[in-house]
Amino acid sequence: MCALVEPRALRAGGRLLALAFVAVLAGVAFLTVGAKGDWGFVLSLRGGKLAGMVLVGVAIAVSTVLFQTVTRNRLLTPSVMGFDALYVALQTAIVFAFGAHGLAGIDPQLRFLLHVLLMLVVTGALFHGLIARTRGDLHLLLLSGVVFGLFCRSLTGFMQRVLDPNEFAVLQGLVFARFNTIEVTLLPVAGAALLAVLPLVWRLAPALDVLALGRDVAIGVGLDHDRIQRRTVALAAILVCVSTALVGPVLFLGILVSNLAYRLLASERHRDTLPAAALIAVTVLIGGQTLMERVVGLDIPLGVVIDFVGGGVFLLLLMRSQRE
Amino acid sequence: MIEIEGLSMDRDGVRVLDDVSLQIPDRSLTMLIGPNGAGKSTLLGLIARLLRPSAGHVRVDGLDVFRAASDAVARKLAILRQENHILPQLTVEELVGFGRYPHSRGRLAAEDRRQIADALHRANIAALAGRRLFELSGGQRQRAFLAMVLAQDTPYLLLDEPLNNLDPRQAISMMQVLRRAVTDLGKSIVMVVHDVNCASFYGDRIVAMNAGRLVAMGSPKDIVVPSTLRMIYGVDMSVHEVGGARIVQPFS
Repeated sequence: MCALVEPRALRAGGRLLALAFVAVLAGVAFLTVGAKGDWGFVLSLRGGKLAGMVLVGVAIAVSTVLFQTVTRNRLLTPSVMGFDALYVALQTAIVFAFGAHGLAGIDPQLRFLLHVLLMLVVTGALFHGLIARTRGDLHLLLLSGVVFGLFCRSLTGFMQRVLDPNEFAVLQGLVFARFNTIEVTLLPVAGAALLAVLPLVWRLAPALDVLALGRDVAIGVGLDHDRIQRRTVALAAILVCVSTALVGPVLFLGILVSNLAYRLLASERHRDTLPAAALIAVTVLIGGQTLMERVVGLDIPLGVVIDFVGGGVFLLLLMRSQRE
Repeated sequence: MIEIEGLSMDRDGVRVLDDVSLQIPDRSLTMLIGPNGAGKSTLLGLIARLLRPSAGHVRVDGLDVFRAASDAVARKLAILRQENHILPQLTVEELVGFGRYPHSRGRLAAEDRRQIADALHRANIAALAGRRLFELSGGQRQRAFLAMVLAQDTPYLLLDEPLNNLDPRQAISMMQVLRRAVTDLGKSIVMVVHDVNCASFYGDRIVAMNAGRLVAMGSPKDIVVPSTLRMIYGVDMSVHEVGGARIVQPFS
């Protein structure tokens, strides 16, 4: 019996190593391809972007896998459920309520932490109940998420239209980060948040393996189901804050990388799938950006390309799940 | 012993379980029968603290299942429900390993591996230990989940229609597995069945429900009689004695 387990663990380890190797290759390519002039300058400029993309990739991948485990559905991401739309709406609401100058006056790092706190309160109140109430009903959950996301986006749009144009300009600078213009000022605090969250996720992983089996089985084998579920949603919410603060909403990257990870690793263990999804996300982001910026030289934002490909994968998976 | 006291449950304002009191003795195979919607699965779910009651208590060897720590209860009783979420890439052996969670917290020791191997063997699925769940038939999955609750190695087992999806041969082998668990290992099993003959043939005791209430309980000889069956199911069935067991002929 033991002999059966060991080669599987080895195989998963080997595949993770290979993924890590590819991710490092992509990182080196991003730093060096097409570099001219002073290396110190190039590396510090690109290094900041690289660090940003690593943080974003890891945050999106891990939050998606956590979220899919809680909802027991591999077609959902926090974005599809409106988590990042909520983050943007919260930011806009603060500007709306207190004025852009009040907000701009606060240290950006502190502001980020405030947003995280607010996000935890709102998602904690909303989603735990939602997941419990729509238990098992994918369509209801998906629909609620889409409607909720739409609501947040409409609310954001409404508040932005009513805003004073000067305040709107300030807000735009705060909210509309993109891959090409990563919020470098937030890197330290976002990195710190990620480093604080990842060990907690790792420690939670064996319980997540049980959570994935469904509520009844999880309680049956003695898991404190509701507490673990609440904790998982909270960790996912913090990670959504990290990625959304740095580059804004990215809808479909999570679906793309989580499903690739499940395929490649052929494992249901979170200590396999979480790192695999994170490595794939980092590779896709850095590799994609290298291709876009240096090789193809096209001026299409990476986020658009990722949402295009990821959206295609989402549709494909959705249609296949319908057939089953 | 499982002691159930004044247990009631309301769902959307409808009373689905009404003041059920019952004691389930040790080392026995108790069959829970009754028409659809009688509250059998609800009762099982409540005993296993998967549902919350509106009133009443359940104690397992003196442990209040609604108050005690979840993992303490999980070392006392295991439950197998009808519908289970299938993780496609999970191997049978990994699934059975989750039965050890209340003992191991996910880190399997030598004793856990021994229990897993034993459960795989007893549920007659050891040959498929390395297979992934998506490769298995409904009956094989059913046995894999049974092996999981056997690996939990609890004195009490609650099974909700474990014979679903099984063909007659598999059903008989499953009942033999359960019968041996009671006789040889001293387990106590409560299971929901639809087949009165199965309850009559394999059960030590039959508990009959209708409309959320207990309507009869006793040995198969007491319960499997036309007048009682009529009270439980509302139809006439003729009862025959075959080789010492009471057999029902349901279709007339």
